[in-house]
Amino acid sequence: MAETMSSPVRRSVPIWAQVLIWSALVVLLMVIGIVLNRRSEGNIQVGNRIPDFTLPLFSGYESNDQSEIRFSDLRGKVVVINFWASWCKPCELEAADLQAAWEYYRPTGQVIFLGVNYVDTEPEARLYLQKFGITYPNGPDLGTRISQLFRISGVPETYFVDKNGVLRYVRVGPFTSLEEIQRQVDLLLAE
Amino acid sequence: MMRLMRLSWLILLLAALAVRPAWAQGPRPPTDDEVNAIARKLYCPVCENTPLDVCPTQACAQWRSLIRQMLAEGKTEQEIVQYFVDNYGARVLNEPPRQGFHWLAYLVPPLAILVGVAIVVQAFRAMKRPGPAAPTARSDQEALLDEYLLRLEEELRRQR
Amino acid sequence: MLAEFGYGILLVTFLLTLYCISAALLGALNKSLALVESARRAMFLTFPLLSLSALALVALLLRGDFNVQFVYEVTSRSMPIYLKITAWWGGQAGSLLFWSWLMSAFTALAAMRRWDRDQEFLPWVLVVSGGTLAFFLALNVFFENPFARLYRLPDGTIGGYTFQPALSTPVYPSDGRGLNPLLRHPGMIIHPPMLYLGFVAFVIPYAFAIAALVTGRTDDRWIRITRRWSLWAWLFLSLGLVLGGRWAYDVLGWGGYWAWDPVEIAAFMPWLTGTAFLHSVMIQEKRGMLKQWNMVLIILTYSLVIFGTFLTRSGVLSSVHSFAQSAIGPAFFVFIGVTFALSVGLLIHRWGDLRAEAEMKSLLSREALFLLNNLLFISILIVCFWGVIFPLISELVTGQKVTVGPPFYERANAPLFAALMLLMGVAPLSAWGHSTVQTLGRALWKPAVGALLITLLLYFTYTRNAIALIGFFLVALVVLVAVYEFWRGARARQRAQQENFFQALIRLIARNRRRYGGYIIHLSMMMMAIGILGIELFQTETQGTLGVGEELSLQGYRLVYRDVARWDDLAGGVNHTRAVVELYRGERYLTTLAPRIDFYYDAQQNMTIPGVRSTLADDVYVLLLYWEPVSAQGATFKLYVNPLVNWLWLGSLVFLLGVIVAAWPERDPEPASVRVPRSARQTSSAD
Repeated sequence: MAETMSSPVRRSVPIWAQVLIWSALVVLLMVIGIVLNRRSEGNIQVGNRIPDFTLPLFSGYESNDQSEIRFSDLRGKVVVINFWASWCKPCELEAADLQAAWEYYRPTGQVIFLGVNYVDTEPEARLYLQKFGITYPNGPDLGTRISQLFRISGVPETYFVDKNGVLRYVRVGPFTSLEEIQRQVDLLLAE
Repeated sequence: MMRLMRLSWLILLLAALAVRPAWAQGPRPPTDDEVNAIARKLYCPVCENTPLDVCPTQACAQWRSLIRQMLAEGKTEQEIVQYFVDNYGARVLNEPPRQGFHWLAYLVPPLAILVGVAIVVQAFRAMKRPGPAAPTARSDQEALLDEYLLRLEEELRRQR
Repeated sequence: MLAEFGYGILLVTFLLTLYCISAALLGALNKSLALVESARRAMFLTFPLLSLSALALVALLLRGDFNVQFVYEVTSRSMPIYLKITAWWGGQAGSLLFWSWLMSAFTALAAMRRWDRDQEFLPWVLVVSGGTLAFFLALNVFFENPFARLYRLPDGTIGGYTFQPALSTPVYPSDGRGLNPLLRHPGMIIHPPMLYLGFVAFVIPYAFAIAALVTGRTDDRWIRITRRWSLWAWLFLSLGLVLGGRWAYDVLGWGGYWAWDPVEIAAFMPWLTGTAFLHSVMIQEKRGMLKQWNMVLIILTYSLVIFGTFLTRSGVLSSVHSFAQSAIGPAFFVFIGVTFALSVGLLIHRWGDLRAEAEMKSLLSREALFLLNNLLFISILIVCFWGVIFPLISELVTGQKVTVGPPFYERANAPLFAALMLLMGVAPLSAWGHSTVQTLGRALWKPAVGALLITLLLYFTYTRNAIALIGFFLVALVVLVAVYEFWRGARARQRAQQENFFQALIRLIARNRRRYGGYIIHLSMMMMAIGILGIELFQTETQGTLGVGEELSLQGYRLVYRDVARWDDLAGGVNHTRAVVELYRGERYLTTLAPRIDFYYDAQQNMTIPGVRSTLADDVYVLLLYWEPVSAQGATFKLYVNPLVNWLWLGSLVFLLGVIVAAWPERDPEPASVRVPRSARQTSSAD
């Protein structure tokens, strides 16, 4: 203590260095904070408008002979977006129900189902589609862009979007019955 | 563009599926080691931070068989890696691609280290020219001697 | 009842810690010794209390009380007793309690020392370590209660709750989910405790550093008090890292021990700053320099310790190691932010008081070389930190994830490590104060020539790989320098005292523990370096599907597939698939190995356990990758030859010896160094 008092010159940290240190600290904390915030949010939140994306389609699984589908073109329809993969066992539980729901709503023309094939290899994906007789538009998630957009935590996950492009319901994990799917779609159709 | 590429791939893959027995009689099917040599440089998004060659998931097994198939078609390593990047994004690479924003990954550490060097050099200079108030509490002669040898000799003297 | 008891104790301890902090603070501000003493007593009490709480948890785990969520998540009926106990740190809530328990043990131990000469430090040490303890207890009390019970809510969802929610009914599962099979390995039983011991023990030097900053007592007292703490902390952290590597080698089935995984790096970063700290405190002790820098290092170490725990525990990173994700992330985030900002603020405030007492004389002096060593450690830290953080930044900015994998770290760090090794060779020969090229050259030329000769020999007999030769040259240099130092000292004693050489050597080490312990540590690091060079540069692998009697060959080894069997171990809840393979070197039979795949029913997870033949020259590491009873194809094996890797594990044993030599308490270390007036202290305290 005595030493401190007796020293006339106290060379302290220059102001510019202090500013630098503190701003670096703030930036670092902000980055971690934002990431943490995102992680804790999990999937894209219900009530949010879904950002636009384009899904390229497997040949044979096109929509109106279009080789790709733009999400924003589907405004006015109820959209059910299902993330799946051929290596995903739980996905198989719901595959037939999803197809049945698609067949049920298809004549109305008011509902569209989209299958997004997550981190998969095409031959296996095609075998899977054939195995479950799936006919609704399906395509690969190129560059995992769509799954990052939705911040999915795994497969299967299903997102229900209303006619205005707003996310209304998220299902993490497989559906266990056709009724479960219909209940959500009917709610959105009734609006 | 992407679409075209995908289509052509699809055709190739289907063709490969169709002629599967053909390559078995061809020059030589790719060995596991050739597959692994490429797989070890890739990271599957399903099991993050585990290289593809040792990842046990079904997804990764499928990726490896895709690599095998592409090798059998005579694709080069570069083409195969590029295919995976196009399909699954840059995250499949074992380090960030050297382009655009990702250059930062490579530039920041050397720059930060250079700043560190600069700070140390600066500190060195400062320590060589001590400020007027800096007391030299510890005598320099003493520091000149290697302390432990000093002690050693002291001890020896005492014990003699 | 036991769960409620455990939680109650946890809550009481938390409140007691809060009391301890406030009493210590008030006592320090009002200069009331009575209050500080009361705080100290409160701190003592936390350890027995937390032990009771921990006992309650262990009892629940042993009893298999699956109504308790934590017990349900980490144990199952089929697990053996020792695993049920070690499941304590196999899950989030339990490992946080484990952290707190260790923390309270260390804090109580620190509070127990004789404080008469350092009264002014006591309250602040209590505040800092108590604050850290309180934070971890709060995580347990508010977010991750290990004693929470399972209840079914009216809407059918089941969750863990500390208090029974309205209208819910308790759930009593008949069996638990079982410990993650990856964590059932003996290495995993000691790896986390070691790592945590290291983490927690570094809190104590930090607490003293902060106490020194707050009180303005900026001499090197805090460093002298905490020197052994730091060494032990460093030992545990290092052993934790090595054991983690061993665990990965034995159970992860990728033929390696270190994958530059973000979570591994999270534990490695405090080790880097801690190692730099251990070196640079010596400069402060001997020369009164680098005071500011030592503060920076210990603050960084503490923050990285908390950051490391945060990374592993919060799920910010996705990684093989992220066994747990939870809501504690934000709490951690705030705690790290606040403690780091406070420490930095305090340091800036005291910056001017921490001036050097001596000047830097020469670029080749020991202190200058130590400074360089610190720069290198920090550079490695920068590379590692950036590698961990960059994917997060990239995801924010570009919206795309990227992977920062081994090539990035290896390319950047290899030259830095090489430079460190060079320093390790040169620095022991340079003197404090000043050295010149001549003095250093005189001391260095013999070991350097020796190392060169060894390298030449290796060039003609073992390898022509340039990187490997540089590496081996550096290893040889460091080893020769260290051996030369032992020899020089022992000879000096021998001549003077008429002892025989070994007597002289032993006594020399005993009298200069820190110095020679340090050299032993250097030697052990070189053994590890040999192992790392071997596996990194010379690892080879091959994979193939074999029918019975067929073989796979690699590097002169032949692996012949003999048999395979699959059976259920019902008691353990495991399905084993075990292959029998014979290993030959050319025609010579070496041994029979049994790589296997264990499938754990409770966790629905596979484990690939290698068969390993281990010698000093190399490891033959065999994995059974795939076999199905129906497949006529045979079994798929992967065969690695990992040269020299055993030196890594052997090195860690020597390392342990070195740290024990360096850190073993001396008969009467403290009084001599303090009662003597300052000027006289310089020689008497140099141990």
